Amino acid sequence: MSEHSEHDGPVGHVVPISTYLLVFLALIVGTALTTWIAYIDLGRWNTPVALTIAVVKMTLVVLFFMHVKYATGLTRIVILAGFFWLAIMVTLASSDELTRNWEIVPQGWNMIVPFASRLF
Amino acid sequence: MSDTVAHGAHPPGFAHQFEDMTQQREAGNLGMWVFLVTEILFFGGMFTSYIIFRTLHFASFEAGSHLLKVQFGATNTVVLIVSSLTMALAIRAAQTGKRKGQIIFWLILTMFLGALFLGLKLRYEWYADYVEGIVPGISWNSGAHAPGVELFMCFYFFMTGLHAIHMVIGLGILTVLVIMAARDKFSSRYYAPLEISGLYWHFVDIVWIFLFPLLYLIGGRYQ
Repeated sequence: MSEHSEHDGPVGHVVPISTYLLVFLALIVGTALTTWIAYIDLGRWNTPVALTIAVVKMTLVVLFFMHVKYATGLTRIVILAGFFWLAIMVTLASSDELTRNWEIVPQGWNMIVPFASRLF
Repeated sequence: MSDTVAHGAHPPGFAHQFEDMTQQREAGNLGMWVFLVTEILFFGGMFTSYIIFRTLHFASFEAGSHLLKVQFGATNTVVLIVSSLTMALAIRAAQTGKRKGQIIFWLILTMFLGALFLGLKLRYEWYADYVEGIVPGISWNSGAHAPGVELFMCFYFFMTGLHAIHMVIGLGILTVLVIMAARDKFSSRYYAPLEISGLYWHFVDIVWIFLFPLLYLIGGRYQ
């Protein structure tokens, strides 16, 4: 890159207006879609579908409105680390709460004693 | 090379510890993202407790969700998405060296949409909820509701309240940006305050993109 272009042009990537408008349109369509689908009975799939649409909308905002598509690798890895930490928080906190009613040990003892007496 | 930048004519907005404007911009954006990661985890704590309590009170959370007004939730989602677009266009106007009037126009439009979001929320949702008596601790006159519904409404007010506080802070930041733009602080070489504030504004938009389905649409609205 020549010294000239480094000092005259705009700093950073300029996203074309058409890209912004397309992303905007996709976000509006996503909002309409998620609202419409909420009124259709999909059984247990309503929430996963709504969250999938939300993740797609978030990705569009992050990549284009927040310029991450044109950002450095360092910035991208910091963002991914943020979501990774969020995943750790959600997974560890849920793994406690969601496994409390399993009661593996009491059931196990009841089963092991007759099983052992049959072995010997 | 870098001597001309460091000791020669200082471009406006250039801090001399950086090699050039590109490096300065990347460092600034990275710093803002580190802050936004703390914000992801800040809101993440609420989302985590929401997930856990929703699994514990599945039916109550669905019943609570049905008390909310989808039409205003959806309208506000659209309002915030439009405001994200106008924010991006404000930054683009600076990047492409447009007149300051154009930057100020997009910024004020963004502020208007942000204020519209808060106004709709206050007038047609929070105030209506207060009249209806579904605000836990302040106005709760429906004894028929299970404690789980009250818990859901607590989550609703804390999550949307925290989001609204971020919106108010965003409006303050945008006011500063308008003043800076009026004083000709921005150019196609230097627009860091605009871009960094834009990251914050878009982040607040993303939080709402998740709050809308989680609070208004969970479990479907078809019953």
